[in-house]
Amino acid sequence: MALWRNLALVAGLVVLVLAPFTQATYGTYVLCSWLIFAIAAMGLNLTLGYAGQISLAQASFMGIGAYTTALMTMAGIHWIFSVFAGMGLCFVVGLVLGYPALRVQHHFLAFITLAFATLAFLVMRNEDWLTGGVYGLVGIPRPDFGPISTMSQRSYYYFTLVVFLFAFAGFRWIVRSPWGRAFKALRENPIRANSLGVDTRLITLLAFAIGAAYGGLSGSLMAPLVQYIDPMSFTLIISLKILLMVVVGGSGYLFGPLLGAGLVIMLPEFLRFAESYYLMIYAGLVVILMVYCPTGLIGLIDKTAAAFKAKRVARGDLGQGAQL
Amino acid sequence: MTAEAPVLDVRNISKSFGGIKAVDDVSFTVNRGEILGLIGPNGSGKSTLFNCILGQSRPDKGKVEVNGKPVLGMRPCDLSKRLGVARTFQMLQVFPQMTVLDNIILAGQEHSGTMLGRLMGASDAGLTESADRLIAFFRLGHLRDELAGSLSYGQQKLLDAAMAFMAGPQLVLLDEPAGGVNLTMLEHLKDRLSTYNRENGSTFVVIEHNMEFVMSLCTRILVLANGAIIAEGSPEEVRANPIVIEAYLGS
Ligand SMILES: Nc1ncnc2c1ncn2[C@@H]1O[C@H](COP(=O)(O)OP(=O)(O)OP(=O)(O)O)[C@@H](O)[C@H]1O
Ligand SMILES: [Mg+2]
Repeated sequence: MALWRNLALVAGLVVLVLAPFTQATYGTYVLCSWLIFAIAAMGLNLTLGYAGQISLAQASFMGIGAYTTALMTMAGIHWIFSVFAGMGLCFVVGLVLGYPALRVQHHFLAFITLAFATLAFLVMRNEDWLTGGVYGLVGIPRPDFGPISTMSQRSYYYFTLVVFLFAFAGFRWIVRSPWGRAFKALRENPIRANSLGVDTRLITLLAFAIGAAYGGLSGSLMAPLVQYIDPMSFTLIISLKILLMVVVGGSGYLFGPLLGAGLVIMLPEFLRFAESYYLMIYAGLVVILMVYCPTGLIGLIDKTAAAFKAKRVARGDLGQGAQL
Repeated sequence: MTAEAPVLDVRNISKSFGGIKAVDDVSFTVNRGEILGLIGPNGSGKSTLFNCILGQSRPDKGKVEVNGKPVLGMRPCDLSKRLGVARTFQMLQVFPQMTVLDNIILAGQEHSGTMLGRLMGASDAGLTESADRLIAFFRLGHLRDELAGSLSYGQQKLLDAAMAFMAGPQLVLLDEPAGGVNLTMLEHLKDRLSTYNRENGSTFVVIEHNMEFVMSLCTRILVLANGAIIAEGSPEEVRANPIVIEAYLGS
């Protein structure tokens, strides 16, 4: 099993490295957005998939990262500083947004994060002096690293890929550390986790803060890619799209967001032939997937693998309120 | 012997829910190394008493000390880390989507090192080894890598109890550990508790309806009815006490 896994990883990496050679500029741009949204989805996967805290504000954190990077790089500061500033800001704001989660859960929490998303949108739209209002910010430069420029679409793709790989490695490290176990324990049973010494308050806040920082990172990559940002890029619809990526990919799985972002970003491209029907087909496919495989694409792969190798799953009859 | 402060000192604890007095002015102490049984009919307030002691809910009045330190208002996680108090719950409380091994490791990981060290440092630090010992002791070895949620009820109950021991606690409060556990395993559990008690000098409070289990395990028994203590004494005394027989054991 481990051998197959490693082979698949290497193959995946090769595909990621070679992919732009099969694509023209636009295709490379789509690949870039895939990796960038995968980072945002990774963050939400930590908050929602691992720690079980719903958030409808991931795009707002992308916005915070994107505006921070835009403003700083347009002022002549190097991208690399702007990314730390953006992520730091998101971390702090995420921490604050985590506080309501200490009191409320589920749909109540969803509404609170929704309110935050609206607030963030209003700030981006109304504070013209800082954000350029509805017109947004134009002419965001792409970073140079010594002699290496990221002006071409392909070089920007490789730049994004490197950042993505760092982000992914960091994410993997976090979820495999004791923190990852504590996040899962928070999701599964906060009261027991707390009685076993897990500081559930701190872990909840961290789940929001780290997830938000990933959102910020993704925004910091998005701004130089499109070179133009406005508030409409960071609305609730985009947050829901990121949520869809997490759920469709497989919430709580390491590779879930990567697959989910791929599907959500790429599928519309493949459905172009259907023209005006593409959204309907797209929505239909998502519904079918969710009904037949609520654990997402990763769950689908797991199920297929389980057909070859017996695997035990959690039973449903011992939970509270079970009806078997 | 000098008068050592009791490990657990509960004084005048009361807790009401609406009109129901779940716990009514309960006081008792538990000394180091004791295994105290807490029995009483359904709804007599045993679990509520545990919740009040351990910070899951706040009593209306009274105070609780562990090793001479007041604990009311302390968060359960601090109680567990700083004062070495562990508990199990009456309802199954395992982490169903985590493996048996991960369940056990989680129960110990927060008890050493720093928060940052748990992210940056070696992620294991001997935890797997001690978890494996505990798993072997509770005869869960063949289930080590299964999801906790896929185990049978009795197996989950054992895992639940095992988790309370991972951090080497000073004081363990067990809420019906024997429910659904078969006879051989019950003997094993009893043996585990008394061995642990003998070797580490740790203290237990055990809520249990299985009289055989309580009477043979505990050194002293407290009987609760309608939220108040109605009797206290050695297993023999309690068994012979007419008040207890009338209120609880039946004729
Ligand atoms: N959260 C709560 N809200 C309202 N009433 C409660 C709550 N918790 C406990 N009670 C009430 O307090 C009383 C004592 O309940 P408790 O669970 O402590 O009983 P118990 O002695 O543990 O019983 P059992 O042997 O059945 O476990 C019951 O009448 C119960 O209805
Ligand atoms: Mg009870």
